[in-house]
Amino acid sequence: MPSKQDLLDLQFIEARHKLIDLAAFLDRIDRHPGAADFRLAAMKNALPILLSERRDRARAILEAFSDDSTDLPRTAPFQGACGAPPASGR
Amino acid sequence: MRFIEPHAHMVSRTTDDYRKLALAGCEAVCEPAFWAGFDRSSAAGFHDYFRQLTEYEPKRAAKYGIKHFSWLCINPKEADDPVFAREVMSLIPRFLSAPAVLGIGEIGLNKNTRNELAIFEEHVQLALDRDLPILIHTPHLEDKLKGTRLTLESLANFSKLDRGKVIIDHVEEHTVSQVLDSGYWAGMTLYPHSKCSLDRAIDILEIHGPERLWMNSACDWGVSDPLAVPKCALQMRVRGHDAEAVARVIHRNPITFLSQSPKFAI
Repeated sequence: MPSKQDLLDLQFIEARHKLIDLAAFLDRIDRHPGAADFRLAAMKNALPILLSERRDRARAILEAFSDDSTDLPRTAPFQGACGAPPASGR
Repeated sequence: MRFIEPHAHMVSRTTDDYRKLALAGCEAVCEPAFWAGFDRSSAAGFHDYFRQLTEYEPKRAAKYGIKHFSWLCINPKEADDPVFAREVMSLIPRFLSAPAVLGIGEIGLNKNTRNELAIFEEHVQLALDRDLPILIHTPHLEDKLKGTRLTLESLANFSKLDRGKVIIDHVEEHTVSQVLDSGYWAGMTLYPHSKCSLDRAIDILEIHGPERLWMNSACDWGVSDPLAVPKCALQMRVRGHDAEAVARVIHRNPITFLSQSPKFAI
């Protein structure tokens, strides 16, 4: 099992790259015209989880992006998924 | 390296991909019936698709020394129209006797509707009536958590179901515990932009152990990588897992589960 130091040596640059890419995505959204939607709100709601001390951050972020409704509609209004429930931003 | 690709949609891939899989050590691919990226206009479209899965694709794979197996169903995305879905389901029994059909799959939910759930349960009953293994898809992105819960609640109503003959696929960090704790097998799908990354799949293995877990590429017509499984195996080695641990998850575990069908042999 690799140590923390091993993992930092192995993956810090990659994780740093992903974090900067996320920051640049948020900058890009700000820079461009028009209104954002529930997806950006869901992302901003999830970001504080990164700074928490819990050890299941990936799970918590996935749950934050999940539909927590309990209704069971007869049929679907559309087929696809967009990564965050339309009612998110809660 | 030898591995089994337990979930790949090869009808959407080129022959070059079979060659790459063979070069990487793939011994067998298993192909569940799925959505083609658009809705078929008739049940006859599924008839042709089932022929492609059971007749043509095994021959294409055999040219590269790879065994090809399939699972049959109407996929969840096209199961929201129950009249159409039942028409397609009526075609399935005649194909189940084909020599490389392993079971029913990938069934499940897409947008978590009552119609999808009804067709899912009819598929489960079809598998139970014929003592076939079941491969279950869980929904995408925001729908996965709710869909996994609904799937598990539904399966719990089938008292005669052997949970060891059911694999629930596309688990992630927020669903894997529920699936494994309920006694089912769990599949991790390695996708570039959704489902599991290579490192996240390895994290799940480290946290939950290798019991009743496999990994697959689910390569199809979308953003996906048919070599995701051997790439994840390599990443496991980079992260300090020994060859035995790698072999268990990419070779022995799939063989253990799939061998519950008497038609699976490599």
